Amino acid sequence: MLGNFFLRKRMNFLAYFGLLIIIAFVAGVITEYDPVKGFTSIPKAIVWGFTNFYPNVESFEKLPDILQKIRETLLVSVAATVTGGAFAFLFAIFGAHTTRFNVFLGVISRGIAIVFRNIDFSAWAMILLFSFGQNVMTGYFALFFGSFGFLTRAFMETIDEVSGGPVEALKATGAGYFSIVFKSVVPSTMPQMISWVLFAIETNIRQATLVGILTGTGIGFAFDLYYKSLNYHAASLVVVVIVIAILLIEWLSNYVRRVIL
Amino acid sequence: MKALLEVRRVSKKYGNGSTALSDVSFSIQEGEFVSIIGPSGAGKSTLLRCINRMIEVSSGEVVFQNVNVTKLGKKQLKQVRRTIGMIFQHYNLVNRLSVIENVLHGRLGYKSTLAGMLGLYNEEEKKKAVEILAMLGLQDQIYKRADQLSGGQKQRVGIARALVQEPKLLLCDEPIASLDPNASKTIMDYLKTISTTLGITVLVNLHQVDVALKYSDRIIGVNKGRIIYDGVPREMTSDMIHNIYGSETGDLLFDLGGENAG
Ligand SMILES: Nc1ncnc2c1ncn2[C@@H]1O[C@H](COP(=O)(O)OP(=O)(O)O)[C@@H](O)[C@H]1O
Ligand SMILES: [Mg+2]
Repeated sequence: MLGNFFLRKRMNFLAYFGLLIIIAFVAGVITEYDPVKGFTSIPKAIVWGFTNFYPNVESFEKLPDILQKIRETLLVSVAATVTGGAFAFLFAIFGAHTTRFNVFLGVISRGIAIVFRNIDFSAWAMILLFSFGQNVMTGYFALFFGSFGFLTRAFMETIDEVSGGPVEALKATGAGYFSIVFKSVVPSTMPQMISWVLFAIETNIRQATLVGILTGTGIGFAFDLYYKSLNYHAASLVVVVIVIAILLIEWLSNYVRRVIL
Repeated sequence: MKALLEVRRVSKKYGNGSTALSDVSFSIQEGEFVSIIGPSGAGKSTLLRCINRMIEVSSGEVVFQNVNVTKLGKKQLKQVRRTIGMIFQHYNLVNRLSVIENVLHGRLGYKSTLAGMLGLYNEEEKKKAVEILAMLGLQDQIYKRADQLSGGQKQRVGIARALVQEPKLLLCDEPIASLDPNASKTIMDYLKTISTTLGITVLVNLHQVDVALKYSDRIIGVNKGRIIYDGVPREMTSDMIHNIYGSETGDLLFDLGGENAG
């Protein structure tokens, strides 16, 4: 009996593993991807990077331009995340089990959040390109929708996790809905919510670069421009600036987190 | 003495089909200290929450101060709730707020929407809160954050929050289940004092039989959603305790002897 049980487990594992290998092989054949060639091209790519893709003295002339672009990207990311967070807060209050005052409304807000969360930033950017064109608003809304969906989910879980007890207690005292939200849900969840917003800002800055390439705005546009005009030195400077900006933001948000938590 | 609370033929069936209470009836006189005992899952928490309608009954009625609570609209329900204090096993404080803020939450039931949202409490309410904290031995913790307190202190803040409501009845759901023996004794002593000196009726869920026997005027024994004992501690027998806790509980971890001999 017991021997059979473990034998079956092992057979199952082998079957899944074999299936995985077959799928990978078939996919490779269909796409004509040669794994050997793929891996052997890595060293070549590294060599190319070291010989071409580094900032030189001339590229630093572009620095003021690049800095202005990254400022634009940073501001758009922060603005999109913060406004997305404000809307997410409302939807999370309506959707969280602890604080929803109507089951129907709760299901609706959860549904909306799920839709927004499962459409990726880049997909939003493409969709919005049609309505806004290559415009800074396109980038803003793409980031806004993405972070709205993500933060609604995060906020809902924070509310249900942290404020169940206090909400029950205040309900039992006869407190009204708004008193309960402002006196127990807000103070008990605020630090975690701020932490989520900071996290969303960090990811949004990374996404903004990509979205910028699509929408022709901000730092993504600068990179795209230099890269396509074969100015690899300036393009690499853009990458360096992005990395420094992201590190700075991460350091800053970790500092804020330490203070508030 | 008149009945402060009457529970009449209350049953509760949860959505998933499990029956938590079947046909429960009892009444409580003003000033009484009553314990509800029973194994976990017996329906004690459900019973307590049916009284202030944190859980809706499936059938039957709850009459509090001659008002049928089960029939009330939202607004009147809130007015009834503010005259009933509730104390929880896990204290249910807002951890990041100070002790005094947590205590003043007990006044929110008396506030308009705006005053409640902004937390506008008057001087009298603040003075009352401080007085109650002093009575519970927390005069030095007033400005501390709730999460910096010990379990016993947190529970006293919970009691203070309930008392500042100026309640007629205190509902306590396993108030000492998360506390060590010393803190447990302190809390039970305070609850007893509140009942005798302030004349507030206390209804407390417990799973420690010895504590219930020591502190209560009356004990209600619950098993599988039914009341199977309702009487004074003096008449409690060890057979009855076995019935309440179910036969599979071979020998219970305490002895009835000393307590009930006299
Ligand atoms: N929200 C709920 N949904 C479904 N069943 C529940 C719920 N709460 C409690 N129950 C069930 O009702 C019964 C009584 O639970 P409870 O009142 O918590 O008992 P006690 O407080 O005595 O431990 C248990 O069988 C429990 O599983
Ligand atoms: Mg319980």
